[in-house]
Amino acid sequence: MKPFNPRAVELAAPKQQRNWDWRAAANFICGGAGGGLLLVAAFAGLDAFATRAALLMGLALIGCGLTCVWFEIGRPWRAMNVYRHFATSWMTREAVVALVVFATGALAIITASVVLTLVAGACGAAFLYSQARILAANKGIPAWRHPASVPLMVSTGLAEGAGFAASVAALAGAGPDTKLLVLLLVLLTVRVWCWRRYLAGLTRSGAPLAALKVLDAFGPRFQTIGHGLPAVVLVAALVGLPGRSLMVLLAGLLVAASGWVMKYTLVRRAAYTQGLAVDHLPVRGRGPSGPAAKPGWKMMSGGNRG
Amino acid sequence: MTRYVMTIDLRRCVGCQTCTAACKGANATPPGIQWRRVLDIESGEFPDVRRTFLPVACMHCGDPPCESVCPTRATTKRADGLVAIDYDLCIGCANCVMACPYDARSIVHEPRFAYGDTPTAAEAARFDPARIGVSMKCTFCKDRIDHAERTGLVPGVDPEVTPACVNSCISGAMGFGDIDDPNSGVNALLAETQYFRMHEELGTEPGVYYVWDKS
Repeated sequence: MKPFNPRAVELAAPKQQRNWDWRAAANFICGGAGGGLLLVAAFAGLDAFATRAALLMGLALIGCGLTCVWFEIGRPWRAMNVYRHFATSWMTREAVVALVVFATGALAIITASVVLTLVAGACGAAFLYSQARILAANKGIPAWRHPASVPLMVSTGLAEGAGFAASVAALAGAGPDTKLLVLLLVLLTVRVWCWRRYLAGLTRSGAPLAALKVLDAFGPRFQTIGHGLPAVVLVAALVGLPGRSLMVLLAGLLVAASGWVMKYTLVRRAAYTQGLAVDHLPVRGRGPSGPAAKPGWKMMSGGNRG
Repeated sequence: MTRYVMTIDLRRCVGCQTCTAACKGANATPPGIQWRRVLDIESGEFPDVRRTFLPVACMHCGDPPCESVCPTRATTKRADGLVAIDYDLCIGCANCVMACPYDARSIVHEPRFAYGDTPTAAEAARFDPARIGVSMKCTFCKDRIDHAERTGLVPGVDPEVTPACVNSCISGAMGFGDIDDPNSGVNALLAETQYFRMHEELGTEPGVYYVWDKS
């Protein structure tokens, strides 16, 4: 990573976080999609082959994400210490749920048991939720700690999972049934609603200007390419235009890819730190106190003490 | 109960960075890592502009967000209010770095020395491999605080058991002591001044009080 040498007057302003790089982002990108895929695969009524393929893909995605993050941590050979703080740490909870996900998912693939498939799906949902809470628990990053980030991360994981499930069904031969396409359309609507709610909430509650600039620039593309375009393609598939499987595959992959780009944007590009602030400038000599200073912020939040 | 806190009188700080240097000397932090820093904040619009010096470090929060997110229990809050890191447990996942709203934590993944790959004699003598690849931050000079427990000396009063930055401050801007002790110096100062704690709205209950005016 390139050295970061800000000028003295820049030290107080929010800075883009530099500790979680693409490997950490990959954990949220792959893990969230994998968890969502497990849940959708368990409950979407796919045929036996497609269900097994989707479960395998979900486990592979989660495994890929965790492997990436293992390569990121400073002391990888102590990774088992991650299980020591279940009481409050969502990272510990994510790691515990991952064990159950792999156990039940593998058994479901081997035995084709409906019950185990449902349990694996529920565990996938728990994994997805844990990841969303990991981000939200980080008070140092305003774009993550906003409470609306949790439904956003969960909804995108579910939409990506449904996108992958539809793609798997399209490739599996029989083609996805109408229920799955409607589910994908509904999840797409929920995701865009969560996105708009998140962005509006973050802007209202205050955030670093640089973070808002990144998110504002990303929003229109995300809504158009990530939601409008796949929705049009899905509707075309639903009304029976020719090339249904190809259209579903395209729409599913678009939904997943746009969710991945959104998560990368959130975890890396919009992840500006809180920065430092002075609630009251000091009184020196006879002059009054100056106004509060919070470099790099759109608005001042919180009260003063004294 | 004991709750060690720091007071920083912004009216007195002249931005000399002596505390920064003292911290570096006391804790042998690598190049680019400063557990204690003095920020230079320019604010206002011409002609009403202000320049404020703001010493910052770990706030040793009463409800530290770094502790609750830590998956290993490497970060703990001690009974005396200090937030400590066990370098032997930390896996360097950086979750605590993200959780801290004060930019107080850092991780160094490989040894760094002032003049390239070869350490100076002083750096070699004080290099601590346990601090590579793990989270680190200001400790409030916890070895000195622990020494106070054994000797009966009083942190904030006796220099041997007071954080290096506080001892070094040339203008007397920094204070240290037990806020639960009604007779402590920090209590006396806070009783007669107006102060704030940074980002208090986030519910972290920071243990550093910034004094900005008399009461």
